Amino acid sequence: MSLKRTDILICCGSGCVSAGSLKIKAKLIDELKKHDISDEINVIETGCMGPCDYGPVMMVYPEGVFYRNVSVDDVEELVDEHLLKGRPLKRLMMQDVDDKVYTKVSEIPFYKKQIKVALANCGYINPDKIEEYIALGGYEAIGKVLSEYSQQDTIDVVTKSGLRGRGGGGFPTGRKWQFCYDQKADYKYVICNADEGDPGAFMDRSILEGDPHRVLEGMMLAAYAIGAQKGYFYIRAEYPLAISRIKKAIVQAHELGLLGENIFGSNFCFDAEVRTGAGAFVCGEETALISSIEGRRGIPNAKPPFPAISGVWTSPTDVNNVETLADLSTIFTKGPDWFAGMGTETSKGTKVFALTGDVKNTGLVEVPMGVTLRELIFEVGGGIPNGKRFKAVQLGGPSGGCLTEDHLDTKIDYESLKAAGAMVGSGGVIVMNEDNCMVNIAKFFLEFTMEESCGKCIPCRVGLKQMYKIMERITSGNGKQGDIEELERLGKNICELSLCGLGQTAPNPVLSTIRYFRHEYESHINDKSCKTKVCLPLMHFFINKDKCIGCGLCSRKCPVSCILGSRDEKYFITQEDCIKCGNCMEVCPVSAISKIAGVGYKPIDDSDSIYG
Amino acid sequence: MKTLAELRKIREKAQQEMRLRQSDNRVKIVVGMGTSGIAMGAREVMKTIMEEVANRNLTDVLVTQTGEKGLSSMEPVIDVVEEGKQTVTYGNISPEKARKIVAEHIVNGKIVNDFVVTVQS
Repeated sequence: MSLKRTDILICCGSGCVSAGSLKIKAKLIDELKKHDISDEINVIETGCMGPCDYGPVMMVYPEGVFYRNVSVDDVEELVDEHLLKGRPLKRLMMQDVDDKVYTKVSEIPFYKKQIKVALANCGYINPDKIEEYIALGGYEAIGKVLSEYSQQDTIDVVTKSGLRGRGGGGFPTGRKWQFCYDQKADYKYVICNADEGDPGAFMDRSILEGDPHRVLEGMMLAAYAIGAQKGYFYIRAEYPLAISRIKKAIVQAHELGLLGENIFGSNFCFDAEVRTGAGAFVCGEETALISSIEGRRGIPNAKPPFPAISGVWTSPTDVNNVETLADLSTIFTKGPDWFAGMGTETSKGTKVFALTGDVKNTGLVEVPMGVTLRELIFEVGGGIPNGKRFKAVQLGGPSGGCLTEDHLDTKIDYESLKAAGAMVGSGGVIVMNEDNCMVNIAKFFLEFTMEESCGKCIPCRVGLKQMYKIMERITSGNGKQGDIEELERLGKNICELSLCGLGQTAPNPVLSTIRYFRHEYESHINDKSCKTKVCLPLMHFFINKDKCIGCGLCSRKCPVSCILGSRDEKYFITQEDCIKCGNCMEVCPVSAISKIAGVGYKPIDDSDSIYG
Repeated sequence: MKTLAELRKIREKAQQEMRLRQSDNRVKIVVGMGTSGIAMGAREVMKTIMEEVANRNLTDVLVTQTGEKGLSSMEPVIDVVEEGKQTVTYGNISPEKARKIVAEHIVNGKIVNDFVVTVQS
């Protein structure tokens, strides 16, 4: 036996893989061979470590050194200096603005406010090895529960912990289990809902990729509690890594006898399998998801009956989100009181968020419920980069809403966010700086839900299309008086008249931006002007003749030859022909060209006032 | 899997494999791996120590390395760092001497005075 002296953990979450972590791993293995130290050093692939913005990232143990933005070219030096000579590379460590270097992970501000439950092992273990999960206490919870707890005891523990559904709904998990348990049936099912579809959300994917056994154990706990014999992981096909990792986890659990007949010598028999979805957003809705598992088209059905009463093939079915299941094993090993000790009155425990958009530390974070948006965005997230101002944050993806600076001190829990007009949702947090046009953002989300509508309910199918047409009209400069009111009327009706969560929440981005950024809609409609210069038809390029040196470069680079002038007279843009490609602004050597809000020609009411 | 005891057996074995990532090691042997250290055979010393630790199945011992220690004339140099005890620096180490240090100091807890350079608290 040869003893290893160093573990190198390379983050192989999807973010780091696309940034090239697999190439780094290959190069690292080559370099280790070259120096003949391969048998002293473990190179281990892990799941997402969190700070995706700094990817590819890696950790070197036993020192616990954290490296970020590693490239293939760095590997040679890294092996030579750190692994051979024991001198960690300072230049690859995390630094803050004052050039303070963070050697240890625990010192990095990004991690300071975080408490990891669902993500506890993510980025620390090799997800392909069941032994590593077991080493950190894995399968202890299910072992203990099967040996000592009755089904009702199990449900009571979860009820006591205050755990609520992490997929967005926030329904108390214990209560859901109780409904399911109370049903008398020969066969029951557990479904892990991994149909994560919100733009900018990657919590569930990362947990499945980084710690699949934790989710599997959570599913087993749920199955035992309600009396299910079979479990399905419903994962969308665009998550191939998550699918292969969970499949491998199921095989490994079988090999150790953790799945199958009489687990831990009890009467509990359980098996799980993966069902892949085609990636329809509506299949995240539980009744549509169940239809899809049964092999039918994924469209929602009316509730009641709830899946807990009649689900897959009319058997009682418990549908839980990935993160909900991932929290369970820790609730049983550390106790429900420990979990309930975190969070607010009504929302307990921790929540995983995917921080994206205009924020310094984009990535995966897990914070206790009840922290404020300000702490999440400015302390964990590191604030807004490039000296820009914070403008809004979209919570809950296309079903959620936008909140403004005034809401930064709102606590993150199910009730507070709902009251403010957003929702916890599945955990996608999209931060926007002052350069974002809220009308355009709302249009983007509306386009998404419009395309994802399954078409069953007319208000959702037709209404969203109508709303989208109005939004398109507004952003292209053809908005009319009354458009805002019409959007509000349609939105309210769609919310009230749709069957499932998709339709009921789809107008939210539009409604919440109207609520908080009505003036932007008004300036789009009345002034034909997009203040942020995002909506191309509502802005124009302008050459400042005082700055222009008359070189004519812009004119030569203009693809539609709409820039005219001469060295003496300087240049100007004929706005009617301009296609707003921005070439001229890029090539101007003296930055004489700028973007100006407003149309720039054909003043609407015959006044020159908006001409830049 | 029939019992919790079975699971715990697997866990104990798996924890061994992940020891490097946990920081509950009793004693740390730090080998100086500067240029002069390597030139004087620090790599051989380190390999020997690792073999020795593995052969004796010393699960609470961590072998790691550091850069130049500034004691070029006494390379290879190793430190034995133990929580709550004095850090002992040994110099002019050969694989043979390294084996002796593991046997005497690490296992039996007796400092090998012949090779000691300094002892610092």
